[in-house]
Amino acid sequence: MAIEVRIPTILRTYTDGAKQVEGTGSTLDELISDLEQRYGGLRARLIDDGSLRRFVNVYLNDEDVRFLDGLQTTVKDGDTVTVLPAVAGGAG
Amino acid sequence: MLTITRELRDQIVAHARRDHPDEACGILAGPAGTDRPTRFIPMTNAARSPTFYEFDSTEQFRVWQEMDNQDEEPVVIYHSHTATEAYPSRTDIGLAAEPGAHYVLVSTRDENETEFRSYRIADGEVTEEPVTIVE
Repeated sequence: MAIEVRIPTILRTYTDGAKQVEGTGSTLDELISDLEQRYGGLRARLIDDGSLRRFVNVYLNDEDVRFLDGLQTTVKDGDTVTVLPAVAGGAG
Repeated sequence: MLTITRELRDQIVAHARRDHPDEACGILAGPAGTDRPTRFIPMTNAARSPTFYEFDSTEQFRVWQEMDNQDEEPVVIYHSHTATEAYPSRTDIGLAAEPGAHYVLVSTRDENETEFRSYRIADGEVTEEPVTIVE
């Protein structure tokens, strides 16, 4: 079972420069834990205190998982998960 | 150094003026590896705020996918400050996540003059760079 995971530039330090990696799991949470085994430190960049970080966008195919089930979103073989850092800022 | 056409610069400034007093935001895409902005892509500010901006996540996905399909990358990421100077705030620096991009800041705090400045932001460090306008 393989799920393709697209990694943004800023997180490629964890994947040895790879922009695409593969993982397994039945939920997004499991998938991220699986990736953590091979790419240590990646999980902490995506998850804080048990939930997806505020300024990290994760998409299952073309949907933001915040509109699905967040970390509990079901994933399956053939899916593509894309990570994009949010683009945000402001005068404050 | 940011090299940008007058037309693209003017489009950014017009966008910032249009959305004032809310912050305007968007990108200039360009062919990957060329560092040359060619395509103006204004983005919705999902925060719709005079002091904060955030790309709508679904729109961002669509735009990033489109760029990927066309072998482009975000050469410039721009946004406006509407009451303060065109310099990256602590928030801007903390959230900057595209180390290869030129971060353009525009200020619309003065109704007659628009400040337009460019920066590199990487590893929490800001470096201002000169802007060269070409025709």
